[in-house]
Amino acid sequence: MADAQSHLTVYRNVFLALLVLTVVTVAVAGLNVGTGAAVGIALLIAAFKGSLVANYFMHLATERKLIYMLLVLTVAFFLALMIIPLTDILTHVRQ
Amino acid sequence: MEIPYTITEREDTGLTNPKLGIWLFLASELMLFGALFSSYLVLRLSGSSWPVQAEELSVPLGTLNTAILISSSITMVMSWVALKAQDFKKFRLHLGLTIILALLFLFIKIVFEYMPKFEHHHYMSTNNFFGIYFTMTGLHALHIIAGVVVNGYLWGPGSKMWKSEPEKFTNRIEVSGLYWHFVDLVWIFLFPVLYLL
Repeated sequence: MADAQSHLTVYRNVFLALLVLTVVTVAVAGLNVGTGAAVGIALLIAAFKGSLVANYFMHLATERKLIYMLLVLTVAFFLALMIIPLTDILTHVRQ
Repeated sequence: MEIPYTITEREDTGLTNPKLGIWLFLASELMLFGALFSSYLVLRLSGSSWPVQAEELSVPLGTLNTAILISSSITMVMSWVALKAQDFKKFRLHLGLTIILALLFLFIKIVFEYMPKFEHHHYMSTNNFFGIYFTMTGLHALHIIAGVVVNGYLWGPGSKMWKSEPEKFTNRIEVSGLYWHFVDLVWIFLFPVLYLL
């Protein structure tokens, strides 16, 4: 029961962190930090929030190795989807 | 045909079949949304003009909907915790709240965001920004609807399984929860990308 209670505390803390980080994301977007920095900060916060959801709500932190292998492969292809058009745009459109 | 390994884990994978199945499905979903995020990058970076997104969309409504989805994620996980603790009443309360929050998200999205856009004649065909905005949020909204249908079934008629096969039912809620958290996770990225940047 103590174990269940500690799980509940973790879920509550993750929930509160997600809410606070949402407010931080909106607040930072209101600051004049320049486009590059704004994109970097917003995506960093989103990635951190995403990792909280995946690790705690989806229990990825304690998941089996096979799922990690599956996700590493998927993330590699996901990144390829982002990087390939990005390199093309940066070398051809923005010269 | 009975699906094997719904309660016990397979020796070779170390997982139950439904859990491996949902993760494979979520991997394919990541690529589906990835293709759209990639399209967004191409449209935004190679296009000559792009509107200030925060002026086109309502940041307060987007923030509110983010908070609603995050809340629905915690109620979803609580419904699974309740089943683990053999508390069926608490399970129904939390899954019911998850469904209500999902419907609230859809209500705000459709009534306060989509409909005013249509009234101002902003459609998918208006420009590249609205094209990708309606495509990405529309696909996400379809995922919310699918989640409501599945969770609605598990809350209502599907919950009869709790009496006959409680472990199998608990695993169903876990799998449905994995899908639901993924839908939340996608929105966590959609919100800053479409509303704030």
